[in-house]
Amino acid sequence: MKVRKNIAISENGFIFNPLTGDSFSVNETGVFILQKLKEEESEATILQNLMDEYELDAHTAEKDLNDFLSMLQNYQLTTNE
Amino acid sequence: MNKRKITVAATGLNNIDSPGPGIPVIRGLKESETLDIRIVGLSYETLEPGIYMHDLVDKVYQLPLPTAGSAVLKERLRYIAGQEKIDVLIPNFDAELHNFIKIQDDLKNELNIATFLPSQAIFDERQKSELGKFGEKYGVKVPESHMINQVTEIRKLEESLHYPMVIKGRYYDAYIALTYEQASNYFYKIIAKWGYPVIVQEFVTGTEVNVTAIGDGKGTCIGAVAMRKLYITDKGKAWSGISLEDDELLDISKRVIENSKWRGGCELEFIKTKDDEYYLLEMNPRFPAWVYLANGCGQNHPEALVKMALGEEVKPFTNYQSGKMFIRYSYDLIVDISEFQQISTMGER
Repeated sequence: MKVRKNIAISENGFIFNPLTGDSFSVNETGVFILQKLKEEESEATILQNLMDEYELDAHTAEKDLNDFLSMLQNYQLTTNE
Repeated sequence: MNKRKITVAATGLNNIDSPGPGIPVIRGLKESETLDIRIVGLSYETLEPGIYMHDLVDKVYQLPLPTAGSAVLKERLRYIAGQEKIDVLIPNFDAELHNFIKIQDDLKNELNIATFLPSQAIFDERQKSELGKFGEKYGVKVPESHMINQVTEIRKLEESLHYPMVIKGRYYDAYIALTYEQASNYFYKIIAKWGYPVIVQEFVTGTEVNVTAIGDGKGTCIGAVAMRKLYITDKGKAWSGISLEDDELLDISKRVIENSKWRGGCELEFIKTKDDEYYLLEMNPRFPAWVYLANGCGQNHPEALVKMALGEEVKPFTNYQSGKMFIRYSYDLIVDISEFQQISTMGER
């Protein structure tokens, strides 16, 4: 999964999709995941990074990551290419 | 840099909650980097706010209503041309364009006033009632549309269109009908206001996206900027919007402008479906009221139009900034009654 091209993500978590005109706000964890996606990290790596950064157990981290990724897809912010 | 001085006349000074494009067009012109433009406002009503905007409109003349016809309009413009040297005239209302198109050659030959309008044939092609043929000819998807003159025809259309369906006037107004009762009510409402025929259109679900564009009349799209409305008034007008970066939408829009050899400004209204398909709902034959956003994004369409009207070659704009927003506001002008009296009694100020 990749972040669509031209999606703008600011450091404070403001996201703008110039294709649709939609804008969103995400929290610090959201920015963390989005930055990793932009760096084209695999989902497995992002999951591990998430567990390390926020001291999460595998189950919680996986559930939260999947929820967030499906939300990104739903809002057309990511692509599976 | 010395700016060249010219005078441009513009209509559409009704900068109200459902605004005409005149004031946004004028703002674009006033911000020209190469032209120093004096503005002659042309109004129809005495309370059009633009009449009283002295920082934008230098002089104002009233025009006869479009229903008076092109001969009366020409006579009025002959008088105005006797008072002012007008280089270019930009009409901004749908309802007046027919008259201006009819007299555009006379204006140039007799009064030396340049316009930049499409021919009557191309203007007629994109009428709402002709949208189906227009879509087919220029390769753009359009919703299924039917023109009807009797309310009972709605029943026959129920088989192919289903509810909700859109009931539209020939020039203005559109309502979404969920039932036959609603559709027939809207039918009568529209004929009372706009006359026959009434257009019954397939309801396409999706996001409305619009494009303001300008063509040179020779098959080149000089500029196009895409926008999505962010806040819509109860009259369906954009109170806020944002410029988009949507290559496919711009490609479709350019194709329409280029293939139809559109001459002048226009607005293309689309619905983008969930499957990323674009349906053209309307092509308005003049700049939209949000055209100043194009200027804010780096494409000054009104200035380009004036230059082309003056016979200059204008290079097509190649890009613009997405993520630029416009936010309308209302503002109370304080005007002395003497000024209102002047425009009401003398027809000019």
